[in-house]
Amino acid sequence: MTSSTAGPPALELRSIIKEYEQNRVLKGVSLTVRQGEIHALVGENGAGKSTLMNILFGMPVIWETGGYEGEVLLGGAPARFHSPAEAMEAGIGMVHQEFMLLPGFRVAENIKLNREPTLPNPASRLLGNKLESLDVRRMRADARRALDAVGLGIDEWIRVAGLPVGHMQFIEIAREVDKERLKLLIFDEPTAVLTETDAEKLLEIMRGLASKGHAILFITHRLDEVLAVADRITVLRDGEVVGTPDPKTTTVVRIAELMVGRPAAVKAARRFFAPTTEPAMGIESLSVDMPGERVDDVTLAVRRGEILGIGGLAGHGKLGIANGVMGLYPAWGRVIFGEKLFPLNEPREALQRGLAFVSEDRRGVGLLPEESIELNIALSALEAQGRFLHSSPIPALQLLNHRAMRAHALEMIQALDIRTTGPSQQVRRLSGGNQQKVCVARAMTLRPKLLFVSEPTRGIDVGAKQLVLEVLTALNRDQEVTLVVTSSELAELRAICDRVAIVYRGKIAAILPPDASDAAFGLAMAGESAQAA
Amino acid sequence: MRLPGPLREFGLPRILIAVFLVVLFAVAVATHMDLRGLISDSIVRVGRNGILVLALLPAIQGGIGLNFGLPLGIICGLVGAVISLNAGVHGIWGIAMAAGIGVTLAVPVGAGYGWLLNRTRGQEMMVGTYLGFAIVSMMSVFWLLAPFKNPTLVWAIGGRGLRTTLSLGGIYDKVLDRWLQFSIAGVEIPGGTILVFFVLCFLVWLFFRTRMGISISAARSSTQFARAAGISDQRTRVQATVLSTVLAAIGIVVFSQSYGFVQLYTAPLLMAFPAIACILIGGASVTRATIGHVLVGTFLFQSILTVALPVTSQVIQGDISETARLIIQNGMILYALTRVVRT
Repeated sequence: MTSSTAGPPALELRSIIKEYEQNRVLKGVSLTVRQGEIHALVGENGAGKSTLMNILFGMPVIWETGGYEGEVLLGGAPARFHSPAEAMEAGIGMVHQEFMLLPGFRVAENIKLNREPTLPNPASRLLGNKLESLDVRRMRADARRALDAVGLGIDEWIRVAGLPVGHMQFIEIAREVDKERLKLLIFDEPTAVLTETDAEKLLEIMRGLASKGHAILFITHRLDEVLAVADRITVLRDGEVVGTPDPKTTTVVRIAELMVGRPAAVKAARRFFAPTTEPAMGIESLSVDMPGERVDDVTLAVRRGEILGIGGLAGHGKLGIANGVMGLYPAWGRVIFGEKLFPLNEPREALQRGLAFVSEDRRGVGLLPEESIELNIALSALEAQGRFLHSSPIPALQLLNHRAMRAHALEMIQALDIRTTGPSQQVRRLSGGNQQKVCVARAMTLRPKLLFVSEPTRGIDVGAKQLVLEVLTALNRDQEVTLVVTSSELAELRAICDRVAIVYRGKIAAILPPDASDAAFGLAMAGESAQAA
Repeated sequence: MRLPGPLREFGLPRILIAVFLVVLFAVAVATHMDLRGLISDSIVRVGRNGILVLALLPAIQGGIGLNFGLPLGIICGLVGAVISLNAGVHGIWGIAMAAGIGVTLAVPVGAGYGWLLNRTRGQEMMVGTYLGFAIVSMMSVFWLLAPFKNPTLVWAIGGRGLRTTLSLGGIYDKVLDRWLQFSIAGVEIPGGTILVFFVLCFLVWLFFRTRMGISISAARSSTQFARAAGISDQRTRVQATVLSTVLAAIGIVVFSQSYGFVQLYTAPLLMAFPAIACILIGGASVTRATIGHVLVGTFLFQSILTVALPVTSQVIQGDISETARLIIQNGMILYALTRVVRT
């Protein structure tokens, strides 16, 4: 801890408010980062961290949507950035999740890019200082100093291409540290791509930089790292600061609880269809290569008739399970479905064998936004099961049965209360909640035995959330469909599920009953399953 | 500038082109030209070029973009035509044989072309252009060396190698044009050619309402969605390319019978460009096209070509119609390419 060396405030945020189309994503956030201190900002996906960073970095998306309210003070002076270039100029340094390095350039060239020390030459005297020669000796010396500051012992004159991932991360940091006017250094999920040893080393470097007087804003999902380095912690939830626990006295569980929050008032109709203990699907040693949501050797049994929830913090792989089984991302392992071995990486097979999927990526995977509601509802069944088609001697040339498709769409529109001008309306003109209902309608049209639903209520308003959850429980109750619901909102999982599995670093940390204590869920999300059990 | 609703739907470029066309016709009337003849010529050219324009539609709907590789299908059709001429088959049967052989060749050629496009995703238009250029040159060698013996086809001197232009006079010159020919108020309509064009349009429209057609358009709209629905977009892209190539083979046979000549060697080299200009003027984009775009575009572009030449030579001494054609054709293609949304 370096709090003893904490100096004057480097960054102050005062009641920042930001709205996207009347949806308030930041509700008056204030925080202060002092010089010589590491300030950790934690929160679930959608808590408002990215929006806050976008404001700090002057991203165009902020100004295109009407700017923000509140004050940003950098080094005591008010600041309002209209572009990332302005923010960098003013002294904000950012270490990105993805590396922003030129692979064909040397390490020193990357560090000094666009800030190269130069020497005059005859051409530049004639034609202006844009033509000055590079002062290679000073470049190397500066780069050397910066690399030493982050403890990276590599030659500053080798090319970046081919260096290990950890090294690239440290070169990024060296580049930011080298900037003379640096006032604030932001680390956005810096350890996400690092090995454990590199992550350790990175944390050490962060501590070192802080002790030299740099102010650091540290954004991460890894709560143990927060406790290891942070001098101050701010927890965001739903665009509000819900706590500033003292890192000396707080625990991982306490932070997790703050992040996740108490169960909201999501009421779902209680169910009458009792789940059985017989298996619907057995997942054994499933690994899924889904970028950002990797699944690592998961074994999980889904019981026939139940609603199984899958929860966990973002990036730990909860979304990967459904995507892997459905064949949308490369997967390995053994899956038994309907007492038969189930083929992985075959999306079509998955649909034909009685699975269906409502994807978390509604606009990309879930819908054809330019097409009509009726086609969106019918398409999967039409493709995988050959429904809504006239018969024809050549299967591929069967004509669409427009009347059957329309009739079915009307039925679904009524059953799910989709608010629309008619079945031929383009899906992109619907609201988020109604689009989600179209996705659910398509999945229902497949008449699945087992339905995967990912993030059923992401990005839709409160009223529509309730309706979507009711539709799902009704589907389970009335049509005896086994449901596997993946969600970032623990509260809704606890409202509708029979069991909730919590995923941590690609593995199942615990399977809990919905009425288990907040602490048990908090612990499982922090990966401390032994104590939870 | 914002246009009122229905006009905006029609699109500014189309409005400008249509106004230009109306002005041309007005000048034609004012200078007492043979208006009936002009309209008749326009319709003849619509029928002649229409199927080649239609051939672009499956490629756009399949996600390949503008099929600059149209010459591949055209060459298949030309090989069919030359074989039928060599065999000396006359009349409608000659056309049927030429188209039949052309289609038979176009299926494997289209499949191979589709395979290549799958390996060069994102650069379909560039690859298509250069593949077309390469194949046209390669086929020039073929026309020279192919073992055709019919003395009406090969060079008179030496007796080897096909001539650059083969006349269809007395074989199947204008057979479709004359079949079902009729006239309205003195305007001659080549009924058969127009009928064939419309029937093919209808069949393509129908095709995109079949299971295969729907999966082709779905895969174009969203690769991820298609995957989740169990559609292989690699396969649908090949299917779309095959259909496009097949239509181009039929298109050139219909074109040749209406034109009266089969043109070999470098003639197919630039044939994709006017067809592409047609469908774009009709309102298609690189990612979306309808039968309506094909019909409107073919009519607008071909009419301008027909009317511009006589009208401009009346008004100003000299001929700017070729210049106007190139400006409109290439300008339209350029315009469409600037509208490509990168994803």
